Amino acid sequence: MNIWLVMLVGGLLTFGMRFSLIFLFGRFEVPETMRKALHYVPPAVLSAIIFPELLYPSGNLNLSFGNTRLLAGIIAMLVAGYTKNTLLTILAGMAALLILQLI
Amino acid sequence: MSESRSAFWNGVRAEFPLLIGVFPFGMIYGALALNAGLSTLASQLMSSIVFAGSSQFVTAQLVHDAAPGFVIVLTIAVVNLRHMLYSASLAPYLKNLSLKWKTLLSYLLTDEAYAPSILKYEDEGITPFSHWFLLGAGFSLWLTWQISTALGIFLGATIPEEWPLDFALPLTFIAMVVPALKNRPMIAAALSAGLVALLAYGLPFKLGLILAALAGITVGTILEGRKSPKEML
Repeated sequence: MNIWLVMLVGGLLTFGMRFSLIFLFGRFEVPETMRKALHYVPPAVLSAIIFPELLYPSGNLNLSFGNTRLLAGIIAMLVAGYTKNTLLTILAGMAALLILQLI
Repeated sequence: MSESRSAFWNGVRAEFPLLIGVFPFGMIYGALALNAGLSTLASQLMSSIVFAGSSQFVTAQLVHDAAPGFVIVLTIAVVNLRHMLYSASLAPYLKNLSLKWKTLLSYLLTDEAYAPSILKYEDEGITPFSHWFLLGAGFSLWLTWQISTALGIFLGATIPEEWPLDFALPLTFIAMVVPALKNRPMIAAALSAGLVALLAYGLPFKLGLILAALAGITVGTILEGRKSPKEML
């Protein structure tokens, strides 16, 4: 994989989407269904990354208490829910993982 | 002070509170991109070539997981699709500008530049100088993003390699997702995407990620369609 090619194509696509309707003003409207669907892109994409990261820590399903990443992840979710603070969530999750790995 | 300059600085001022929130985020991105295996140069330049925070984090994660290029590009496209909404929403206010201005402002059109600008335009309408407001908001964010990325890369290089820093990426995603789970369609979208991602984990090329994302988006959209708007709050 060439990371530069990936970034260039990804960047051009991103620019294209930002430019699209400013450029096409009046000639195209965003359909209502797509408008709705876009709200669900962040939770869907990010959860699709989070779940395997926590439940398949080494490539295999691990639902035991020995799965430190799962436990640390759950602690991070609680912190995220209560504080809504990115930095605190990351720090709490990392601290939890480091401590659990010592136990 | 000329009207264009004063509109520009009003944009910078309106952006300022957002810059404070963006700065640590840019630093985290820089540190994690480097840790995920991107070179210093690639980590830094992604912040100006792609210039879209969450898709940069996701790209770092996928590079770390050795996903193939086309899956990364597809994921960047899906994550950044929402920018079409901002483009549609700002289009009537920018319609009289030259192509050069439209191009420049499109490049700078992020979530954080969109938010104060659309409020301003809806509130006060447009004047011959109001595009300078968006330029001020967008450019100050761009500059902050570049500087915070650089600082993050610099600090990231000092973090010992044996630290499990790769875990900070999923933690960042948790911090983004959990506060957004405010209603049932959102929760259902997140859970169904997560479950499909687990079930489709074995698919080649990390295609399970794309499949899972589409499943979550579909579930959320269908559930929202069946709710009355009141329940959405």
